[in-house]
Amino acid sequence: MTATLLAKQIASGEATAVAVCEAHLERIIALEPKVSAFNTVTAERALDRARSLDDHQRTGKPLGPLHGVPVAIKDNMCTAGVPTTASSKILRGFVPPYSATVVERLEAAGAVMLGKTNLDEFAMGSSTENSALGATKNPWDLERTPGGSSGGSAAAVAGRMVPLALGSDTGGSIRQPAALCGIVGLKPTYGRVSRYGLMAFASSLDQIGPLTCSVADAALAFQVIGGHDGHDATSSTEAMPDLLAALTGEVKGLRIGVPKAFLGEGVDAPVLAAFDEAMKTLAARGATLVDIELPHAGYGIPVYYLIATAEASSNLARYDGVRYGHRTTIEKDDTLLTMYERSRDQGFGAEVKRRIMLGTYVLSAGYYDAYYLKAQQVRTLLRRDFEQVFASVDVVATPTTPTPAFKLGEKTSDPIQMYLNDIFTVSANLTGLPAISVPCGFSADRLPIGFQLTGRMFDEATLLRAADVYQRDTAFHTEAPLFS
Amino acid sequence: MSTLTQKDVKRIAELARLELTADELDLFTRQLGGILTYVEQINSLDTTGVPPTSHVLNRPVDRDDVLQPSLSREDLLGNAPDAAREAGLFKVPRVL
Repeated sequence: MTATLLAKQIASGEATAVAVCEAHLERIIALEPKVSAFNTVTAERALDRARSLDDHQRTGKPLGPLHGVPVAIKDNMCTAGVPTTASSKILRGFVPPYSATVVERLEAAGAVMLGKTNLDEFAMGSSTENSALGATKNPWDLERTPGGSSGGSAAAVAGRMVPLALGSDTGGSIRQPAALCGIVGLKPTYGRVSRYGLMAFASSLDQIGPLTCSVADAALAFQVIGGHDGHDATSSTEAMPDLLAALTGEVKGLRIGVPKAFLGEGVDAPVLAAFDEAMKTLAARGATLVDIELPHAGYGIPVYYLIATAEASSNLARYDGVRYGHRTTIEKDDTLLTMYERSRDQGFGAEVKRRIMLGTYVLSAGYYDAYYLKAQQVRTLLRRDFEQVFASVDVVATPTTPTPAFKLGEKTSDPIQMYLNDIFTVSANLTGLPAISVPCGFSADRLPIGFQLTGRMFDEATLLRAADVYQRDTAFHTEAPLFS
Repeated sequence: MSTLTQKDVKRIAELARLELTADELDLFTRQLGGILTYVEQINSLDTTGVPPTSHVLNRPVDRDDVLQPSLSREDLLGNAPDAAREAGLFKVPRVL
């Protein structure tokens, strides 16, 4: 059941927050042994909270828009009193003394957190296999990855363990797992959602957003978590529009740009076919398809891996074994430097080290101009591509990923093959533009496929409106995986 | 084709404050060289005179310099691996 419908049933008295909470906890208990979406399930805390929400409702006071709705939070967002690990050994046992702004806003709106979801360590990965706590499985095929890095959140929503989860997206980490798990994933405009309490990976790219089954739920959740926050210096002061009112069911005259040349190589035929079909559905509702070019989009992955790793190498310098996290056993005569180096080597996994190393190298004396500065210049070229395109179209459409979910272990030994998964998603992070992934079909072996819409800065409303129209005409998002 | 030697990788690890094992040194020497070769495709683009993008914000991010409530010292020491809690201090190996 969707978050929208659950909130309605609880508000009308048809259901209680406790009953809804219990039903979802039961589903989690039944499926977790197979899926491993959660790092922590906060059952007691959730039931306590559901009880107090039901008490609150009996007083007749007004209810929040998510009153009683179960949610899951990616485990790189701080939750006061609840362990937050970023799926890293280096944060084993870390219990934050405060909650991320997004968590506070969800709870203020009445949401009930059921647990913290698995991710690639520090959100670095595209398969959730880089988790120190073990990989999450795709509910549609347990031998396949749910994608990443918000794989736990995507699997929890796809498995109907929660109707709504939060993820973070630095290069596609909300949209790619959403596509691979057959659900909706929204990466809002950079700065739209506060990053306060999100463990920083690449600060100029990171953005928090919702994963849900329906576009209407994504709009509802985004409405709650979005908007200015004084705790995040990069948080936008742009006013939040009424996103539910934006879902008018109307796309007549909407101009959708399709970068045909960019879709040519490396995209599976069933993915392209489902994408083309989705475009026809929107065209049938009166949208116009326009051929566009994004000459620099093909450079997105190299630019991304230079900029994201440079920022990560700086952000992850804070994990030094002093204030929190893992500290190595200190032998007599060990220096402070040895403590730093050994704690970090023991605490970080291979992909995190690889990215810290790459980022350190491209920022180091003698290489800065050739790699980091060059990448920042190409980032400008990519932004210009989109600026030009948005002079004549309202949204840009592509598949979300080149292929459906791949097998666990299939790409772990080749970092570049893993990185190429994000070919269609990294552009939105580099440009700051909002983007959404929407389910649009299945491969022959019943693996979900998604398409992506990218919009103008701060124009999530148009994305959500178009995606919602698509869902009114299709049923892919209502299909759930069957567990044997 | 970018080539990194083990010596280069050792130096990067020092800068990054990572004590790599011999196996990691081997692996990263191979993989980082491969990744650098891959990302060097951006060198085919002419970026003469193109300003760099460090972030996409179009406004300053500073705020007025006024005191805000913050976490207590006790809360902040709560996760420290080896703190002198009574003194209210973090503890590290001898520096001098």
